[in-house]
Amino acid sequence: MRPTPLLVALLTVGSVAACSSDKSDSTAATGGPITVKASDTACEVAKSTLDAGTHVFQIANSGNKVTEFYVYAAGDRVMGEVENITPGLSRELRVELPAGTYQTACKPGMIGTGIRADLTVSGSAAPLTEDAALLQATESYTRYITSQSEALVEKTTDFVTAVKGGDIEKSKQLFPIARTYYERIEPVAEIFGDLDPKIDGREDDATAELPFSGFHKLEKDLWETKDISKDGPVADQLLTDVKEVVAKAKAEKLSPLQLANGAKELLDEVANSKITGEEDRYSHTDLWDFAANVDGSQAAVAALRPALEQRDPELVKQIDTAFTNVDNELAKYRVGDGWKLQNELSQAELKGLSDVINALAEPISKIAGVIAKK
Amino acid sequence: MSDKSFPRRRVIALAGAGVAGVAGAAAVGGALLRSSDSAAEAATDQVPFYGPVQAGIVTPAQDRLHFVAFDVVTKSREQLVQMLKDWTAAAARMTAGKDAGEIGATAGILEAPPDDTGEAIGLPAAGLTLTVGFGPTLFRDATGKDRFGLAARKPAALADLPHFPGDTIDATISGGDICVQACANDPQVAVHAIRNLARIGMGVVSVRWSQLGFGRTSSTSTAQTTPRNLFGFKDGTANLKAEETDLLREHLWAVADDGSDWMAGGSYLVSRKIRMMIETWDRTSLGEQEDIIGRTKGEGAPIGQGREFDEPDLTSTSILADAHVRLAHPTTNSGAHLLRRGYNFVDGSDGLGRLNAGLFFIAYQRDPRTHFVPIQLNLARHDAMNEYLRHVSSGLFACPAGVSGPDDFWGRALFA
Repeated sequence: MRPTPLLVALLTVGSVAACSSDKSDSTAATGGPITVKASDTACEVAKSTLDAGTHVFQIANSGNKVTEFYVYAAGDRVMGEVENITPGLSRELRVELPAGTYQTACKPGMIGTGIRADLTVSGSAAPLTEDAALLQATESYTRYITSQSEALVEKTTDFVTAVKGGDIEKSKQLFPIARTYYERIEPVAEIFGDLDPKIDGREDDATAELPFSGFHKLEKDLWETKDISKDGPVADQLLTDVKEVVAKAKAEKLSPLQLANGAKELLDEVANSKITGEEDRYSHTDLWDFAANVDGSQAAVAALRPALEQRDPELVKQIDTAFTNVDNELAKYRVGDGWKLQNELSQAELKGLSDVINALAEPISKIAGVIAKK
Repeated sequence: MSDKSFPRRRVIALAGAGVAGVAGAAAVGGALLRSSDSAAEAATDQVPFYGPVQAGIVTPAQDRLHFVAFDVVTKSREQLVQMLKDWTAAAARMTAGKDAGEIGATAGILEAPPDDTGEAIGLPAAGLTLTVGFGPTLFRDATGKDRFGLAARKPAALADLPHFPGDTIDATISGGDICVQACANDPQVAVHAIRNLARIGMGVVSVRWSQLGFGRTSSTSTAQTTPRNLFGFKDGTANLKAEETDLLREHLWAVADDGSDWMAGGSYLVSRKIRMMIETWDRTSLGEQEDIIGRTKGEGAPIGQGREFDEPDLTSTSILADAHVRLAHPTTNSGAHLLRRGYNFVDGSDGLGRLNAGLFFIAYQRDPRTHFVPIQLNLARHDAMNEYLRHVSSGLFACPAGVSGPDDFWGRALFA
């Protein structure tokens, strides 16, 4: 990308701005923690109205499924989230909330739109300037990357442990789940040179310098050769590489333009390698990646939403509808907490998915131009 | 894009790198040439887009074809109408040799995808015509549901084609809610037009199937010579031609009294993808080939006559009972004439060492029930040529009258 002066300026300002959800945030929380009782079927948030300021949510998972907790602004812009709250566990979320209307959501099983409740925050709310809206986009997306990265490391650790323990069945179960977090943040992960090919490269991408490794090497051994006895070093390297990419991703501040392009690239990924089944050619778990790419794209768009609302509200409407159509189409193939295998879908069903992705990707490809316009 | 930012960004692009800068400058030059209204060169090969009937029917057949059939994927009539308006505007620009979008392939800001895909930069209009048609499934879906409040406006003439003896129709490359026929003298211009319309339509329509044709197999004007199909024979000698105004009125153009007022000035399009068994045909003797067609291979004269345009003597037994020329002739079919506009195709090979090749047949007519259907039933039952043919795709579309001017759009009368 060729940065234009406008974007260089934003990058600079963005990198010195404080990240509001950082745990080291010195802002004092308003009042005591707000308890959230999460189960497999409920998400009871102790308060539905708050004063503007920084708040701490205390989420306790009493269900049998791993859950997630989100605070969303309009258009599912993530204000704060905690991933991977395992059964019996309690975790905190600290989040700064300006006046406005929000939604809270628990996601038992970590899929779908979750169990929602409205949350109203009152106080003075100054309208954002255009530049502030763009700045906020970067901050908002950084929060997303941070939470996804943490879950990525945890889930990859679980997967790698299962592989090294020789447990083929468990490894197969964990494979698409660990990949979900990687696929959500792929536009950031791809920035760092050889790391993405090492983690996510396919057999036909391998070269003498960069031999076949990472997720797909393990996928092939799990599903095709059915022998993971020699994969200890591959698994260790995968975890090392994932930790490195995560450390870099968290430190990276993406420009608004990079967010816009990332949202589009994630859908290009879906169109070019998930619908066709190229990505997970041994396991056929492509729909997990599909859903994760769409999630990631939606997160990037949501981060840009305040700026887009100011500049092109019609485009925002179009994109909202198109995301809903993708969700509805994809929902046809949900099985339990996961998805049908790619090779279980008929050509007509794959075309249905292809159509809704094309319908979404065209308006999303216009975001970059809207953001770049001064 | 603001006017202020354009020169600045252009300067950045040009200063960015030597090689890229030169390429950028060349591209800008191309866009200017292509977009210029006054370019004398472009004017000579433009076919007017606006007019009482759609271009691309009696227009002298261009050399190349890209035909596409779309499924409508939206449920919103409003979205569909808006897309037809957007398509019409883009079609008017592209047939005039301009870019698909208002900004163009290279004049926009660097951060946004261009509103024209760019492969036609520097190419002339190349006689491009874009012709639209509406299929039976646009009016009612397979379950009989009225999709867009159009069911009552479905013309009786748009009745589904029957199954013809020997048909091996593949549903996935047949039918469709809307078709667009792009014909041009440059294949890249035709492909560019379809590609940009498909892009504009995303979310509203989805490409169901498409077909490239590389050589016209019919002449639609007496000014054109008769081309050859892949059997090596002249095709379309007895075709309806632009100059035959009485016959066109009787056999080609629909009128309001036919039962559908919005189709007045329109015509019905039947498409058939006909695979030819090329390799076995080529092993057939010249005499047998000529007997099957009913014409000589060199001159194209009816058997027993000397010249191509001599009338075949159907009373003579020298034209065999199952000869193609006899079975397809108007006198054998209650006087029915078709305006054929087919193209040769080769879709690579079939994995068995054979060319996947044949004729993409297109015919326009006033009413398929009295024209294509009886003729094809006759051919499908008796034609000696059938041994070398497979009908693999079939389409039927109602092509409305022409677009009158910039305020009009494709399908306005239908959606009125």
